[in-house]
Amino acid sequence: MTGLKPEYFRDTDEYFLNMGPQHPSTHGVLRLELKLDGESLKDLTVHIGYLHRSMEKMMENRTYMQIIPLTDRLDYLASMSNNLAYVMTVEKLLDVAVPERAQWIRMIIVELQRIASHLIGVGTFVQDLGAFGTPLLYCFREREKIISIFEEVCGNRLTYSYFRFGGVAKDVPENFTQMVSGFVRYMRPKIDDFERLITNNIIFLKRTKGIGVMSAELAKSYAVSGPNIRASGVQWDIRKSEPYLMYDKVDFDVPVYQGGDSWDRYMVRIDEIRQSLRILEQAVAKLPAGEVNALKANAMRYPKPAKGEAYVRTESPRGELGFFIVSDGSEKPYRVKVRAPSFSNLAVLPKLLGGLKIADIVAVCGSLDLVMGEIDR
Amino acid sequence: MKKIFSGIEYDEAAGSYIVPKRDLPNVCKYVKDTDDLSFDYLKCLTAVDYAEKVEVVYELYSFKLNLGIKIKVALMPNDLKLPSVVSFWAAADWFEREVYDMFGIVFEGHPDLKRILLDDGWKGHPLRKDYTDERIVKKPS
Repeated sequence: MTGLKPEYFRDTDEYFLNMGPQHPSTHGVLRLELKLDGESLKDLTVHIGYLHRSMEKMMENRTYMQIIPLTDRLDYLASMSNNLAYVMTVEKLLDVAVPERAQWIRMIIVELQRIASHLIGVGTFVQDLGAFGTPLLYCFREREKIISIFEEVCGNRLTYSYFRFGGVAKDVPENFTQMVSGFVRYMRPKIDDFERLITNNIIFLKRTKGIGVMSAELAKSYAVSGPNIRASGVQWDIRKSEPYLMYDKVDFDVPVYQGGDSWDRYMVRIDEIRQSLRILEQAVAKLPAGEVNALKANAMRYPKPAKGEAYVRTESPRGELGFFIVSDGSEKPYRVKVRAPSFSNLAVLPKLLGGLKIADIVAVCGSLDLVMGEIDR
Repeated sequence: MKKIFSGIEYDEAAGSYIVPKRDLPNVCKYVKDTDDLSFDYLKCLTAVDYAEKVEVVYELYSFKLNLGIKIKVALMPNDLKLPSVVSFWAAADWFEREVYDMFGIVFEGHPDLKRILLDDGWKGHPLRKDYTDERIVKKPS
């Protein structure tokens, strides 16, 4: 003990602890600097940027088409939704009308993607709470069916780059509608199974009820979006408030919970999976025949939007995903800003943790469903 | 809005209000606290470097009206200072830190203005158009 400085022996209750960047429950590389008193949390500072790949700078040096694969790598659990938001922004700059069939295909695809993403969200959340293995693997089994459909459609399993300016890259395979309706039939009982396993489990309730409560005012002022704000009692979904694609032609409800705690955030996702299944069922029945791309091959590959700017917001599985693109009339964008939902959803984290213990940080982090890829960009 | 604040112009093409720097806090207070506007949601805050000027862009949303507006403030490259809007929308905290990180715009009154994505010791602000780094490899033409 001789080498230690005297201040190490001073009586003190508070200490600092780094959680991450390589902590398994931070899903990526997030560092939380915790100020602790025993196990109780006194203060928390969030450090991000460990996954920064200078996406926005890279986008300024690539043609519009070359950016589509980059958007896959932002939120890698919902690549299709990223593709959609980006492609829709460029289409707004180009002023292209997308054929109806392509719009329906896009909607089916992003709703499948929403289910896949929510499955990972709730699966890893429950896993973080200590339900080791089973629920997560159930989720992965269900997600696998969606990934297989995507593989049939575009040949890729994680980074799809399927959407193109003016439509989609190629038409879906002939058995697409059968595959999707088969998945809907398969998924309905499975989600009930999952609920029986988790939702009212006493350990799960004790770990999540009343933990990390977010009020509606807090959520609004921190620009929280998606399932997280709907769990705080704000009835707001961009698919309803500013319908894009064909969302105004299908019936679905926006699940809202009032409590704002981790359990409510979990429940919103479960209910959204059910609503997405409803959308899929209707969309498959209504899928019309016709063209899938409005642009000729060359115009699609090398678009040159007129000078101007556009901001388009979409409801990605995690919330408001927006692209702000400034065009100077050349084949490369002048500036691209990605408004990533997880970025704002994480910023609110220190406000949710008053009076909690270390183990609750894992619960709250998991319930926010963060993806570091789109936070750091 | 133009009636109340004299310096504001409306840019039809971009659909945005161009606000002089000195009016920004008053305009923010007006659009947020007026009852029939209540733009209480800051969708996005970013900047664009046009070489001759740097524009800061605020995208606001009102739940009440289900409507979005865009506010822009133009800054001269030699005077990149702007009042912070954190006191109106807490979301601006991280957004402003990111803009400071990437563009070097100093937001006066921000509670903790430091780099967010890049390392604390990083030199320069990468999203500025005049940013150079010897590690950037030029594409062979």
